Amino acid sequence: MFLIAAAAGPALPDWVVSLTTIAFSNALVVLGLVVLWRAGLVSFGQALYYCIGAYIVALIGRWAGFTDAFALVLLGGVGAGLVAALVGALLARYREIFFAMLSLALSMILYGVLVKTESLGSTDGFSVTTPTFLGFALHGDKLILALYWLTLGIGAVAALAVGTYFRSIAGALAAPIRDNEIRVEFLGVSVTGIIHIKVVIAGVLGGLGGALGALTIGHVDPNMAYWTTSGGFVFVTILAGAGSVAAAFVGSLLFEVIRTIAVDVMPGLWQMVLGSVLLLTILFLPDGLGSLVARLKKRGEARS
Amino acid sequence: MSDILAVRDLEKTFGSLVAARDITVSIPAEQTVGVIGANGAGKTTFINMITGHLTPTKGSILFEDKDITGKPSREITRLGISRSFQVAQIFPTLTVRENMVIAAAIARRSGGMLGAVTTPVHSGAAIAEAEATIELFQIARYADTPASTLPQGVRKLLDIGMAVVGWPRLLLLDEPTSGISIEEKFDLMQVVMSALKTRKITVLFVEHDMEIVGRFADRVLAFYDGTVIADGTPHETLDNPRVQELITGVRLKPTGFADA
Amino acid sequence: MSRFEVDGSDVLTAFAILTDGLVYAAYLFIVAIGLTLIFGVMKILNVTHGSFYAFGAYGAATAVGIYANADWPAALGFLFMLAFGMAVGLVMGVILERGLLRLVYGRDEVVVVLVTYATFLILEDVIVLIWGPGSYPAYQPLVSAGNTEIGDLVLSNYDIILVALAAGLAGAAYWALKFTRYGRLLTTVIFDRETAAAFGINVTLVYTVTFIIGAMLGALGGAVMAPKISVTLGIGVEVIVLAFAVVAIGGMGSIEGALIGALIVGICRAAAVHLVPQVELFVIYGVMALVLVVRPYGLFVRAQPRKI
Repeated sequence: MFLIAAAAGPALPDWVVSLTTIAFSNALVVLGLVVLWRAGLVSFGQALYYCIGAYIVALIGRWAGFTDAFALVLLGGVGAGLVAALVGALLARYREIFFAMLSLALSMILYGVLVKTESLGSTDGFSVTTPTFLGFALHGDKLILALYWLTLGIGAVAALAVGTYFRSIAGALAAPIRDNEIRVEFLGVSVTGIIHIKVVIAGVLGGLGGALGALTIGHVDPNMAYWTTSGGFVFVTILAGAGSVAAAFVGSLLFEVIRTIAVDVMPGLWQMVLGSVLLLTILFLPDGLGSLVARLKKRGEARS
Repeated sequence: MSDILAVRDLEKTFGSLVAARDITVSIPAEQTVGVIGANGAGKTTFINMITGHLTPTKGSILFEDKDITGKPSREITRLGISRSFQVAQIFPTLTVRENMVIAAAIARRSGGMLGAVTTPVHSGAAIAEAEATIELFQIARYADTPASTLPQGVRKLLDIGMAVVGWPRLLLLDEPTSGISIEEKFDLMQVVMSALKTRKITVLFVEHDMEIVGRFADRVLAFYDGTVIADGTPHETLDNPRVQELITGVRLKPTGFADA
Repeated sequence: MSRFEVDGSDVLTAFAILTDGLVYAAYLFIVAIGLTLIFGVMKILNVTHGSFYAFGAYGAATAVGIYANADWPAALGFLFMLAFGMAVGLVMGVILERGLLRLVYGRDEVVVVLVTYATFLILEDVIVLIWGPGSYPAYQPLVSAGNTEIGDLVLSNYDIILVALAAGLAGAAYWALKFTRYGRLLTTVIFDRETAAAFGINVTLVYTVTFIIGAMLGALGGAVMAPKISVTLGIGVEVIVLAFAVVAIGGMGSIEGALIGALIVGICRAAAVHLVPQVELFVIYGVMALVLVVRPYGLFVRAQPRKI
């Protein structure tokens, strides 16, 4: 899928490319949420890592004058991952509502700090210097395309990595932990440790998404850590379902498309449209659109 | 190795409450030991100290001549002691096979957390072990059934199977037949015991059903008020007047169980 | 100035922190009490509570518009504003509970939260549909209440009324829970829903009534704050996360907890605003995180043992 999208890039109109780039950078964050969701955990604070990734990119670009896109994005991911490693030790001890609330609180703490920090532009944030690609400074169409390919590339790597993770013991333990955590402990596995790993993975993905987002949008502000940003990611996760890696990407793309259409068709009321879509999905398709695809596939197989 | 499990002067107090005291027991390998006693008599405390979920306040526990007193439960599991549960603890959304494969994969992994992340779960070895154990416990026809829909007896067999798939040397069964109808109890225990004998596993099982105990145990430990008041063959223990007075009730005729 | 004399400005600052803190705490308490009530009884973390607040505020603004033009006396106008806001809450509560929540009772806690979140998003735009995107001034009650001067400090009488209202609400809640039949039913259901049902308590009815009361309280919060803030889009968004913080600190489902949580957050924030303004927001969520770490169920709720 990624290869097709990459190849099609130059042929597609600019707005489609931009839309896809944003969608796929968000998809990384959503992928992180999927990792957690499978273990029965909902994080209402992934915006924390998104924001960290974004600000790392923006700050290094501005203060260190360093602008290589690859390096910046990687640093964003690593930085967020380090925070996740730190915070994860704490978060891993909580479940359900408490996990959600603690993750929310942590992201809001970052928001609070950023909003009040004058040197970082407080609520206005600040702009991101244009990235360079292995020394080349690109502009206009070429820049958009380069960011697109970068996002696709990182997305593909992330998808492969997470897919492999799902097939490993740690990844496969998601459902058992959700089902019966105590039994997992009795089998000799530290559930806290496994969940810690998941938090870190989600954190790295969130940071990568934020870094890419910052480069594409060109601006960072504290709102990236606000709870509504986290809510948006959760929204897409519900829409897509946690069934597969592909679901995160397809779901994000779908979300961007729906949002664009909604803003176009009902400019003042797009939130209502999105909210309604979310509501309908929760009520009637609790496993997300991914499950619908799976169901259709099964019906197709049964018939043949 | 002398005895597989050697417990000496074991005691557990919670503040002023003495849950277990003066427990000294040695169990040779491959013995099947029944543990009886009223609720609150100390049986579960005893088991929890062996599996590492409670740290004894006094005394020692030696497993295969290694001191495991106070070690964390995860370590004890990896050393070869496993347990099953009174209420079967399984993964309801997974099938029987998937339950077993996960248990097998965990048991076989090496390298701690890193190993967990890098080892694939559906390795040939794990799947083979899972299949073998499913066969051993005679639940193959349920292999692809989601665990939530299993009949109670099969749930128990799955629960015990998951504890056994990693080839433990000592298994602690917590009321294996509780919740099972009377008609099915014997059949269930038959399957379980023959499976455990095949794998040469030493067994400690807690039971309230004295007929089951008499039929399947080589030896019976009777708990009362936190300590062992009788230790011998089923015949000896169940006919012991103190045991009859405090635990089982007076029998109108001798047990008639042949000494194992 | 010797060590033993207190600096006049220090006293002033301390007093200011206290009064600001109390006022903020009053605001938080009125907003949070509905949320914690709904959670305690129905185990639902109701994100739509933010909408109740917003609708209450907009309703109040409309009411102020009505009576200001008709030139009513200030006190009557104030009560009318509150009543109007609460009526809006009542209507919303009924519609949401009967129409939507019923569909998701019994589902996973987190699923219900997401449903309320989706509803919240929808209602944000419903506000635009009804009232449009502009902001509505509702300052009349604030202005007409006047000020009181204590030495160098100027206190708004409206703030005093706010604190009185919060205190009254706390007292009424306490009395209602302890001494009325409905209050005792509620306490039972909060404690153990299944046993309550086994005793013949109509839990469904209790749920409905509780939700409606919670909605009205949320709307009351919005209504009473309308004169103090700019009634505009997005007020619900900020309030709901603050209310969450208070409820998480005090204990979800505990009204005393909401009170103490509100006081803690209120005083801490006021202290921050006066002494170290940069940490104003940080302090609120920092305390929330701290409490969640130390006592996840909040300060006033004991952990529930896992029911097998």
